[in-house]
Amino acid sequence: MIEKSVKMESVIKVNSLTRRFGNLTAVDGIDFQVNKGEIFGFLGPNGAGKTTTIRMLTGIIDPTSGSAMIQDHDIRKESILSREHIAVVPEQANVYLDFSVWRNLMLMAELYGVPRNRRINEGERLLDALGLMNKKDSKARELSKGFKQRLMLCAALVTDPEVLFLDEPTSGLDVHSARLIRKIVRELNNDGLTVFLTTHNMIEAGDICSRVAIINNGRIAAIDTPGNLRSMVRKRHYVEAVFKEQVPPLNKLESIPGVARVESDQDIFRLYTETPGSVATLLVVLTLDLGLELEQLNTRKPSLEDVFLYYTTGKGGSK
Amino acid sequence: MSGYSDVNRWHKQLNGSLVILKKNIFLYYMKSPVLIFGVLFPVFFFLAFKMGRDISPGNVVPGMVAMALWFSASAIGPLVTPWERGAKTWERLISTPISLRSILTGDVLSGFVFGCAISVIPVVLGLLLTDARIMNLPLLIGGILAGALCFSSLGVLLSSPPAASPSNIMLLSNLVRLPLLFVSGIFVPIAQMPAWAGWIAPLSPLSYASALIRASYGSVPYFPAWLCFLMLFIFTSVLFTISCRFHRMYRAKGL
Repeated sequence: MIEKSVKMESVIKVNSLTRRFGNLTAVDGIDFQVNKGEIFGFLGPNGAGKTTTIRMLTGIIDPTSGSAMIQDHDIRKESILSREHIAVVPEQANVYLDFSVWRNLMLMAELYGVPRNRRINEGERLLDALGLMNKKDSKARELSKGFKQRLMLCAALVTDPEVLFLDEPTSGLDVHSARLIRKIVRELNNDGLTVFLTTHNMIEAGDICSRVAIINNGRIAAIDTPGNLRSMVRKRHYVEAVFKEQVPPLNKLESIPGVARVESDQDIFRLYTETPGSVATLLVVLTLDLGLELEQLNTRKPSLEDVFLYYTTGKGGSK
Repeated sequence: MSGYSDVNRWHKQLNGSLVILKKNIFLYYMKSPVLIFGVLFPVFFFLAFKMGRDISPGNVVPGMVAMALWFSASAIGPLVTPWERGAKTWERLISTPISLRSILTGDVLSGFVFGCAISVIPVVLGLLLTDARIMNLPLLIGGILAGALCFSSLGVLLSSPPAASPSNIMLLSNLVRLPLLFVSGIFVPIAQMPAWAGWIAPLSPLSYASALIRASYGSVPYFPAWLCFLMLFIFTSVLFTISCRFHRMYRAKGL
């Protein structure tokens, strides 16, 4: 497991957390920490253990073994105290369909004991920020999926949490709602809110997460910043070249020292290598030798999706 | 400091229970299954018993009050939790800083308020339409309050098995509620029931509430009032404790 050691205040500390359902081990002794003020992405394929982890951390299910602390409160021994610091936006918007938008919001605030004046002021501010003010009196059942998810985010934020758990918050949403939710999350994070985000959207994770953990088969495969993770998967680095008019023979490209393989997509050639700098130089030399001309030449790191696939297809799934 | 934080914690949990009560009132009191099982059921049951039989108002009214209390107070619990599970709002509730015990207390209070409110109707109708007279008002109020709390706790216990649909839980709750109705002195005073029924009656919490309500209308009590209150208190405590355990055991099942 790769983890960057950063001396920061941890708001979530997870230690050997395990959850079994009968013979199935859904989460298998995972360890990680989430630092104050970061957006921590939790990535994994379906059934990897993401939602089970969130459910343990938010007190919905008990761990089979191991421990976790939220703001220094043990999730098992001080469950209520640990839940006072968090709010959850689940993947499936579970609003009260027969309540109005406003009543849903106030219910959540009242359950967290938010004082009357503050919940009213904060509720109105949030409805306005998330574009729900004109639907304040509409029943939740009349809202589209995107608006329900916005309402869920409002209901979570009206409780003034220190840690926000977002389980696939933009999954299946329209572009406007997804963008708005990402924008609000970023703004809140700038104001100091710690966010624990599970997502399948690699662009979203790479874009907004300070660090990401990749979970596979219930185990953490890697934890680091998206940039560092992309650098670490050296075999997925490549040199991308586009030639003017004539292209070199494929076997010439494959014979460049350090090139593991070559892929071509119409007129774009990708030369996979662990040493992109030297391969780029040798490619320029080869091009000149062959009397050809390059139109574009770039060295590329793998995308977060490449990293994700690398760690979740058996190459990096061990603990 | 510790004392303050304990008081603060209790206050937050109590507030949480009252918020759950308010939510249940607005969301569930007017749902058709609540009205069918909590209001229409006892009315039709009693009509079926009363039609064509010469029964004195002094016998009819207390029986009607006890039966309305039994069905209405125990109707809320078996409906709320399965509904919440089905709508996934249960998951949301148990992730708030409100303990499971406080959530269930809110559900018990919901049944309690509903039961008390509904049982006032036959009391008023009895006063307006019959010559049945309340001889001991404090005993009637005490019987209704203690009975409502007990029956509501039974309802919350019955809602603990994880079920995808409220109808499964209602089936289970009627399997418990209907047989007890016939051995608890609702239609016939316990003293006039066969000997075997007299042996079973003390096992039913409804018998004690029924005895208190009958006594408040001037009937000779089958159980002394103090014993009725004590037994209702014991039943409430046991039912609520077991329901907290079962709900904890099944907390995340089916989510």
